[in-house]
Amino acid sequence: MSNEQTEKVMDQKVEKSPSGMKIFWKEVLRDKLALLSLVFLVITTIAVFGVSVLLDKEEIVRVDPFAIYLPPGEQFILGTDQGGRDIFGQLIIGTRNSLSVGLLVTLMSGIFGIIFGVVSGYFGGQVDNIMMRIVDFFMVLPNIMIIIVFVTIVPKYSVLTFSIVMSAFLWMGIARLIRSRALQEKELDYVQASRTLGSSHTKIIFKEVLPNIMSLIVVTMTLNLAANIGIESGLSFLGFGFPQDTPSLGTLLSYATNPTTLEERWWIWVPAAILILVLMLAVRNVGEALKRAADARQRRAS
Amino acid sequence: MWKFIVRRLLITMPQLVLLSLLVFVMASFMPGDAFTGQIDPNISPEAIEEQRERLGLNDPWYIQYADWVGNLSKGDLGTSTQYHRPVSDLVWERVVNTFWLSLLSVIFIYAIGLPLGIVSGRWNDRLIDQIITGYTYLGFATPIFIFALVTLWVFGFHFGWFPTGGSVASGLDPGSLEYILSKLNHLLLPALSIALIGVVGTVQYLRSEIIDTKQKDFIVTARAKGAPESRVYNRHIFRNSVLPIAAFFGYEITMLITGSIFVERIYSYPGMGNLFIQSILLRDFPVVTAVVLLFGLAAILGALLSDIILSIVDPRIRIK
Repeated sequence: MSNEQTEKVMDQKVEKSPSGMKIFWKEVLRDKLALLSLVFLVITTIAVFGVSVLLDKEEIVRVDPFAIYLPPGEQFILGTDQGGRDIFGQLIIGTRNSLSVGLLVTLMSGIFGIIFGVVSGYFGGQVDNIMMRIVDFFMVLPNIMIIIVFVTIVPKYSVLTFSIVMSAFLWMGIARLIRSRALQEKELDYVQASRTLGSSHTKIIFKEVLPNIMSLIVVTMTLNLAANIGIESGLSFLGFGFPQDTPSLGTLLSYATNPTTLEERWWIWVPAAILILVLMLAVRNVGEALKRAADARQRRAS
Repeated sequence: MWKFIVRRLLITMPQLVLLSLLVFVMASFMPGDAFTGQIDPNISPEAIEEQRERLGLNDPWYIQYADWVGNLSKGDLGTSTQYHRPVSDLVWERVVNTFWLSLLSVIFIYAIGLPLGIVSGRWNDRLIDQIITGYTYLGFATPIFIFALVTLWVFGFHFGWFPTGGSVASGLDPGSLEYILSKLNHLLLPALSIALIGVVGTVQYLRSEIIDTKQKDFIVTARAKGAPESRVYNRHIFRNSVLPIAAFFGYEITMLITGSIFVERIYSYPGMGNLFIQSILLRDFPVVTAVVLLFGLAAILGALLSDIILSIVDPRIRIK
């Protein structure tokens, strides 16, 4: 190649492949529903955490016998419950609590599941065989039930222990997914090359394999967040979620097990039901957009 | 195939042992023992201690575990601290109700899921498919308890078309036609609530499976040989895609258990799920242990059944 040609090539602008963030934004901007969901989530999170700082928690959970079952009106925007407590305030605090526990459980179960899955897939063979039988076992159990039992027998019950119990039985899905990707990943040349250069297994797993499957991790954790919000509110609905004095979205719904409340006092449970649905859908929409951004085959042609 | 079945059975054994250990550990963490609710305050502590010794409550855990498993194999699940009756009797009354609820839910799931999945796979990306896909998208995100609450509110209370609780109207002769019809009437709404949410997975799986199969060589061959479109779908594609669905039945059991806990609670239907929640609230732990054990057993055996059926209808599984 002559010098001239080389210069010509050098002159040409090298087009870098777009970064992950860029692809994600492109995908979100194209998908109006995902954009709407993202905006909604950001606003709700900020509003809920912001307003709950201003709200007086004691004031909201205090029982007021003179304001029982008030319909929505001037004093209480969304009325009151059987204890005369403000539904709107409970809704704000409930959303904050549900979101926080959802995030905490997603993180804890995610970290454990990812490590379990990546180790199982990376080593393969007999190790993988045994670890996956363990996953199979936990996967098939009726986990909601077992969580309920542990929630009742765990000593010193708090939001943290509740989240730990939940995470302990919800890590299998992500472990299985990560494991099957790690199985493919370890056959790739870069792992072999790194091995030949003498890298330790720990270094390959955490510094090389994990970053390469990051997109899968982010997508799965987002979708898990939606599921966990649902599971938490379901447990709170049955009365096995948050400790008694901490409202959650599920707690508001559990008031609807009273037939009269279900039939006539819609303001107590309908807003919470809608909020749970919209939250879960919004998180899922963002997750789906992430999924499309992460997988070139699903990405729409630009 | 036999090799696969034997290997699958071998995997089930440790699963059962693990389940029994898990439940045993759970039970030993629960407050109270065989005496809870039965102790007469006039009995001296020495006498109680003597009884404890006699019943083996002071033995090391592995002996207690062995005793416990021994009792289980004899069908002895202990005594309810709340009702002072054998747990097995209590559970038996409820199992029947939950069995009917689950059976009807499964029938609904297949009756709704198969047509929807086939239609949406056959005419994919048409309007009808978009509607069905929209439904599965919403259904996937809807927690079952919210859906059940809303159906109860709308069809049970607002329109009053269905009973809002219980499993049968009172004052009817067991075995008479009215009795059976009343049972069915009480079952319809809870079963539909489980089915309309539980069906989502089936529809999504069937849709993608059919879209996949549509372009396979053997379908192209069938078309090239001049088989009419209806025959291509009803015979070639149907056989290939629907049989695996039928085999997922066993895996649905875990979903049905979760569904029954919420739905039985909401419809105050006297089944196992409701018994479980009540016993937890009443701290009746022998019953709780029994229900968890039975549901866990059902789930494990269901998965076993699914895998065996799947290995018969889909030889690809066996090779692995």
